[in-house]
Amino acid sequence: MDIRQHPRLFHYASPATFYPLAGRLVPSLGGLALLLCLLGLWIGLVIAPGDAQQGEGYRIIFVHVPASWMSMLAYLAMAFWCAIGLIFNTRLSFMMAHALAPTGALFALLSLVTGALWGKPMWGTWWVWDARLTSELILLFLYLGYLALQGAVEDPHRADRACALLALVGAFNVPVIYFSVRWWSTLHQGASVSLSQAPAMASLMLWGMALTALGFWAYTAAVALARVRLLILERERRSDWVQRLLNEEATA
Amino acid sequence: MPPVMLEARQLTAQRGERLLFANLDLRLARGQALWLKGRNGSGKTTLLRILAGLHQPREGGVYWQTAPLTTGLATTSYLGHRNGLKDDLSPSENLHHACRLQGLAVTETAIEVALAQVGLDPLVQELPCRLLSQGQQRRVALARLLLEQRPLWLLDEPFVGLDDQAVARFLDHLRHHLAQGGLLVLTTHQPLDAASLGVPLAELQLSPQFH
Amino acid sequence: MLAAAFALLRRDLQLAWRHPSDLAAGLFFFVIVSSLFPLGVGPETALLQRMAPGVLWVAALLASFLALPRLFAEDHRDGSLEQLALSGLPLPLVVAAKTLAHWLAAGLPLALVSPLLGLQFQLPVDVLGVLLLSLLLGGPALAVVGAIGAALTLGLRGSGMLLALLVLPLYIPVLIFGAGAVDAQLAGLSPMPHLSLLAACTLAGLGLAPLPTAAALRLALE
Repeated sequence: MDIRQHPRLFHYASPATFYPLAGRLVPSLGGLALLLCLLGLWIGLVIAPGDAQQGEGYRIIFVHVPASWMSMLAYLAMAFWCAIGLIFNTRLSFMMAHALAPTGALFALLSLVTGALWGKPMWGTWWVWDARLTSELILLFLYLGYLALQGAVEDPHRADRACALLALVGAFNVPVIYFSVRWWSTLHQGASVSLSQAPAMASLMLWGMALTALGFWAYTAAVALARVRLLILERERRSDWVQRLLNEEATA
Repeated sequence: MPPVMLEARQLTAQRGERLLFANLDLRLARGQALWLKGRNGSGKTTLLRILAGLHQPREGGVYWQTAPLTTGLATTSYLGHRNGLKDDLSPSENLHHACRLQGLAVTETAIEVALAQVGLDPLVQELPCRLLSQGQQRRVALARLLLEQRPLWLLDEPFVGLDDQAVARFLDHLRHHLAQGGLLVLTTHQPLDAASLGVPLAELQLSPQFH
Repeated sequence: MLAAAFALLRRDLQLAWRHPSDLAAGLFFFVIVSSLFPLGVGPETALLQRMAPGVLWVAALLASFLALPRLFAEDHRDGSLEQLALSGLPLPLVVAAKTLAHWLAAGLPLALVSPLLGLQFQLPVDVLGVLLLSLLLGGPALAVVGAIGAALTLGLRGSGMLLALLVLPLYIPVLIFGAGAVDAQLAGLSPMPHLSLLAACTLAGLGLAPLPTAAALRLALE
């Protein structure tokens, strides 16, 4: 598909037009993120009742579960932008994927850490090889692989496309990996040591998690847009509009 | 005027962040030769690789007989800096495999003839290419061109490592190729003129672009 | 076209045959790594037997991983890869042929040697059979998936560690099904579900993996 044939559709595909748009969105998304996270955490930490079996420690689920969701959603978004970039050959799509990767990795890490913090008081161990945590660990490896490949390839053209291929191969494999890890888990886990056994969810708790998840989403969007603005400036630094912008900043 | 076979439109190429050339057009018809000139780093190799279909230009396209040129068309013989020979195989084995891979049925005799045509000493024809000199390996690579018999020849410094006699011999083959209606684009530091190739020699000068 | 692909496979096998040291290195690695585990955990029979499916599979997996850079690096270095790209043969077919040749030269020997190592772990004969079968079925899957990583990192500096990071997570399903099959047989259960999944992985891999691999090779050739 040629960009020139569909100018309206691809108006924001140009880094020059996207840059100011992203700039306007970042503060609003950031504010939204803060609000939603505070709300979600207020429900989770203050309002929701303590659990009979797991006491107060279970509250970390309000961070753990949204973080897991976000890490997976970010990977899907990354893969989506990579696919768009490969099909339409738009530089900005690849930059968007690059911008999402570090935040996605961060959420995967957060999910693992909060999972460990949940597990310790519960089962007395810092790590449990249950299906969800193990899959999350592998997802973190996939993110790290993407980031490492991006860092290792100097030519931006090749880096963009190689990472895109990797992200798509990874996205394809994620269901396979999840399935195989669950398979493995059911074969080996005789005991009921599993973080998947969350306490029965009152709808209030689900609201809390949903709000935090939305907050995390808004945070990811804000941070990714901020990061993509930096990437745009770096990649397009030789173009006229960036030169003008930097001159304005310098003289301002 | 013979029909235009190879056409490049509005080619723009980059190496990393560096712009090599922009909005470059070229047209080549049957029996025509083009000499790419320019300093090192001016993008000659990149242009050849774009014409071969190995490198995607930032903008623009290459067309063979008005259809987009892809490597699948198998119209191009490309000789780059590296010879494309397996060190562990002998020249004969290398050529044999190269032809088989392209689906060309070729006899032992044809291979021997090709190697003789490039002046490769018969004594080294069965040795692993590892043991051949740089010039000898280059000749084997050139023999491959003779066997492939493809219309478009893209040659990047083909005469490197060859002595005068071998160069003269290969110019003969280029003349023959062009006379048969083949196309040729090459880079070389060897002095060439129309007389060397028997056809008018077009030149394209590439100069490095600076921002 | 298939004849040409077959010719490529024969060429690669011929080249591998002229470098028996590569094959030997892979086999030695397999043997040595497998032997490290009893040395690390002690020679108690029951424990070794319990560990064997996983240990042998991981060792075979790592040995086949170490061979991956050889898949494209040499052809890239001497310019044969770009000639293959120009030959007119579809690049995914080239990838499939080379990967198959690579498995035959590097992966198949590991599978064939595995029963001997299984004896060191006191595995009964029927389990050895399943071990062999699982490595035969799963080895090609490892090769095709590994090829994706090898193509993505072709020509990059320090590509060894990067390759590990890219490829080892993708190996995990194959490892789980492969070791699971041997484990099942050891426990007296049927290995068929695991082996079927393993075969599915290999078939899907053979059909699909050459596509991103070919795309990655084109990137490397630019």
